[in-house]
Amino acid sequence: MSYTALCVVALAATAVLDLWVLRTRLLTRKAFWTAYAIVLFFQMVTNGVLTGREIVTYDESAILGVRVAYAPVEDLLFGFAMVLQTLAWWVWWGRAGVQREP
Amino acid sequence: MKFAYLLVLGFCLAATLPLELFLRTRVYARWRRLLLSLAPVVAVFTAWDLYAVSRHQWRFDPAQTTGLLLPGRLPVEEPLFFVVVPTCAILTLEAVRRVKGWPVGDEAARGGTGGATGRATGRATGGATE
Repeated sequence: MSYTALCVVALAATAVLDLWVLRTRLLTRKAFWTAYAIVLFFQMVTNGVLTGREIVTYDESAILGVRVAYAPVEDLLFGFAMVLQTLAWWVWWGRAGVQREP
Repeated sequence: MKFAYLLVLGFCLAATLPLELFLRTRVYARWRRLLLSLAPVVAVFTAWDLYAVSRHQWRFDPAQTTGLLLPGRLPVEEPLFFVVVPTCAILTLEAVRRVKGWPVGDEAARGGTGGATGRATGRATGGATE
């Protein structure tokens, strides 16, 4: 599968994980979207360095070719899926009683 | 510069460290919960990475990475990326909770009336911190 197709699959799978499997429902929470907006800004800075300096380069045939701050637009979906999955597990473990309190 | 990629990761950790030190997000302090949350993410995204590298969908500049390669010719920086960035995301979420008092879904239900108490509990704990 192309990077583009994998990103779409990852996005859908992660949404299902959050909403229906773990039932953490971060996608419905203001705290999540606020945190994501902050992460997104820094992601574009750091990913811009990684791709702009060509530390990582992409095969043009695996991506759409649309770029945001040097990085393929697919990286935004990749990053979103990674952040959402992480935070869903974090909330799930807290809810399960693992070090819930600060 | 062999350490360019590592420097980017170091920047991420340095930039978010004040959240733990001064905002007392206590994410590193809750290291067991942190590790349990990171494990599936590192597994899934490393697998994805290995697939992408094997299909030549992306590659890494040998001049800007340490050259330490894991099986599958994956630079050691990649799994570190899947540790560092998710850790930063958790720190950010906990910082938002600290500052705004918004619930994230793991709040203790007070009075045992179920999910609706999450909002009130989150606000109470968040507001009382500073």
